[in-house]
Amino acid sequence: MIDLIIALIKVVGIWSFTLGVAAVMTWVERRGAALIQDRPGPNRAGLFGILQPVCDGIKLFTKENIVPEKADKVLFNLGPIMFAIPAFSAFAVIPFGDRIIIGGKEILLQISNIDIGFLYIVALGSLAVYGVIIGGWGSNNKYSILGGLRSTAQLISYEVPWGLALLGVVLVYGTFNLREIALAQQGTFLGILPNWGVFHQPLGFILFMVAAYAEANRVPFDLPEAESEIVSGYHTEYGSMKLGVYLFGEYVNITTLSALTVTFYFGSWHLPYINMASFLGDGTIIYGIASFLIFCLKVSFFLWLFVWVRWTVPRFRYDQVMKLGWKSLIPLALFNLFITTLFIQIKYYIGG
Amino acid sequence: MNNINLDEYIKVNIGPSHPAMHGTLRVIAWTDGETVMHCDPEIGYLHRGVEKLGESFTYHQFIPLTDRMNYCSAINSNVAYEAAVEKLMGVEIPLKAQLIRTIMCELARIADHQVCVGILGVDLGAFTPFFYLIIQREEIYEIFEWYNGARLTNTFGRIGGVENDLPADFDARWKELKPNLFKSIDETDKLLTHNRIWMDRTIGVSAFSPEDALNWGFTGPCLRACGVKRDLRKDEPYYQYANFKFDVPVGKNGDVFDRYMIRMQEMHESIKIIDQAYEMYKQLPPDAPLMAKVPKIIKPPVGEVYSSHETPNGELGFYIKSDGTDKPYRIKVRPPCYMIYQAFPELVQGEMIADLVACLSSLNVIAGELDR
Amino acid sequence: MEIKGVAEKLLAGYIVNISERCNDIIIEVDSRNILKCLTILKNNENIAFDFLVDVVGVDNSQYLLKKDKAKKGEEPAVEAPKAPALPRYEVVYLLLSLQHNKRLIVKARVSEDNMTIDTVTSLWKAANWPEREVYDMYGIKFNGHPDMRRLLMWDEFKDYPLRKDYPLEGKGEKRALIYE
Repeated sequence: MIDLIIALIKVVGIWSFTLGVAAVMTWVERRGAALIQDRPGPNRAGLFGILQPVCDGIKLFTKENIVPEKADKVLFNLGPIMFAIPAFSAFAVIPFGDRIIIGGKEILLQISNIDIGFLYIVALGSLAVYGVIIGGWGSNNKYSILGGLRSTAQLISYEVPWGLALLGVVLVYGTFNLREIALAQQGTFLGILPNWGVFHQPLGFILFMVAAYAEANRVPFDLPEAESEIVSGYHTEYGSMKLGVYLFGEYVNITTLSALTVTFYFGSWHLPYINMASFLGDGTIIYGIASFLIFCLKVSFFLWLFVWVRWTVPRFRYDQVMKLGWKSLIPLALFNLFITTLFIQIKYYIGG
Repeated sequence: MNNINLDEYIKVNIGPSHPAMHGTLRVIAWTDGETVMHCDPEIGYLHRGVEKLGESFTYHQFIPLTDRMNYCSAINSNVAYEAAVEKLMGVEIPLKAQLIRTIMCELARIADHQVCVGILGVDLGAFTPFFYLIIQREEIYEIFEWYNGARLTNTFGRIGGVENDLPADFDARWKELKPNLFKSIDETDKLLTHNRIWMDRTIGVSAFSPEDALNWGFTGPCLRACGVKRDLRKDEPYYQYANFKFDVPVGKNGDVFDRYMIRMQEMHESIKIIDQAYEMYKQLPPDAPLMAKVPKIIKPPVGEVYSSHETPNGELGFYIKSDGTDKPYRIKVRPPCYMIYQAFPELVQGEMIADLVACLSSLNVIAGELDR
Repeated sequence: MEIKGVAEKLLAGYIVNISERCNDIIIEVDSRNILKCLTILKNNENIAFDFLVDVVGVDNSQYLLKKDKAKKGEEPAVEAPKAPALPRYEVVYLLLSLQHNKRLIVKARVSEDNMTIDTVTSLWKAANWPEREVYDMYGIKFNGHPDMRRLLMWDEFKDYPLRKDYPLEGKGEKRALIYE
């Protein structure tokens, strides 16, 4: 019973946390864009315009819910749901802190510590494409279907290097369990560097980041919703909160991807060179909170990176995206995997 | 072009209200997946009958209509029209008016190129340079506003000269504006020109040979991007352009990248011209005349005339036929982008939809000028 | 180089009228010979008018009829033109020689009985839209034009708006939207 309540608290907590981050991200994106572009940005609602997401939410909720006459009603309504569910679900296996021990009961700061966490993440990542293609198809609009097509091709192509790059980390740490991967990044590597995934897998990290931007449909890979080409791509016909769900889902996706980056490559909740567990005491509440805050700090850097990149570079063309994916990223990812395996084997034979 | 069976392809209607169709352009594209197999530009959505209206307006009343043609650089259109009427009347405007016109025209040229380059960036997904450029365009518009009260539709100049002298603090304003202009252009240059994605997206896209370009009647930056060195300011110098030192940048391939580069370089050249024109202006006595001797009611002698000026988009010409009354008998505008835009199907055939958008913005087709 | 003399020599036999005004040389030729004349002008190396600037249509039905501005409240005195000696329409070709940096205006008159003239799209592709526009605005058909449709006005529009007898306010046409 107590387990169930704890699980429920964690689910609700994380769910509202991701929602909150996504909401704040809409504000950060706009303020960040304004900062980069020498203009004020939304600064009227609340302090520094922090209430802007609330206003946007109210606006989206109160708008008329329009379903195009010739749209496929079922698919049209299913699209945003199919898009949002995998985005929210993916956070379930990501550890957002170490553990707290209260009264001898161990509470992991993670919704579900499953052993196949990595597979779960990859599987859910692939599911997101259905929301896009269903929405694009159901809208019965040529721009939407073009956006859906672009998105499908792009997501499926980049799923491969994305997964292969992550596989390198899995090989290094020898586990599919995300918590164990996070725990393994404590300490130092080669004596001087933190024992983080990025130092074990520098090439893998770059590949992962590029593929992550493509997975999240962000500039420079935002072809599925390229505004100047195909209006808004798959969500051209959507309005009111259905559009809101799509936009929100995108930010949740970004949050998830940033969290994954931190978990796999940037030592999750670990600080470099400092063993917090021994410093603050393993399992204490203060340690739990500190680990969570460190995790958030790292995630927010990568969230900002998403914003930063978006307002800096232009957009790729469809064929260039495909070329990059299949001719550069996948061979490189395979090469990375090969090298990693080689090193692990050598280490195995040398180290016994 | 006509040999392909269009029924095999998806027909995609782009415009007239579409984020990439500046103003109200419409392109019907037949696409094979993403590749444009054939396209048919439809124009006339902004057709206001300027030429018909011109026949019922007096010569002076027509000037505000020229504002509404290329609204990004209205001053150039104003001056081109006024020069045509002056040529018809055989009037030579005073030196001071010539210099003021030159300064204002070049400022408007910079503003136009800034918009074009900025929009090209926006259409290719790079939003930020647009803001860097548009902030400085705002400063240019401040100068216009403070010259005669209008920002966008300036109705600059009068037939026979200009209405106002440059205001007294032009010197200070220009000194303040110039470094900022350079800075904004440089920032854009740093963000875009050597960006790998930008180069991939623009180099080789919708390339055009100089022969084709001349055959299709290209003028202005689009022609120069193809490698033809033709600039009316150099080749048929009007006003004091013959006395100014400036270069005419020329491209090689006539692709989107070259058009972009030409515009970037022309902004620098325009700044040079303004500097020289202003130097020359400062030599003149403050009470030098601004208007030539022209009658209050303009009644040019019977006859017809064609006069053209180099506007940011290319050669803007006015064919005016006068029957001796106070209203023109026939005014025909030769908008530069009209000639350029008719080659659009040939420019984008076989390219992708994303390139169609890039090509369109690099041509800087202004619907107001196109449809008149 | 004296364009006028060379052109006069080249087009001997075709020229109806030649004049010069404001440094513009205006050559008038018969509409039946227009393609021939422009081919000569384009292909001759001595003048090489290889660039078509524009094609302009003009309706001359009221040219020089109105002596002065009509007084206020009074309809402009438009009497039926007394059998005008010249054909009503004229098509003006504005040419440019890039090589020699010279301009030339070539005119051809088109009568109301036979509203056709040869297209010059075979010489310059640039003539495509301008010719369509002349057709759109005046109803002059261009023989051999690849795509003789209306350009600025919509396809169902019946009149030719730049003709002098078309009222400025229009005739109350409304565009009917036709969905595909």
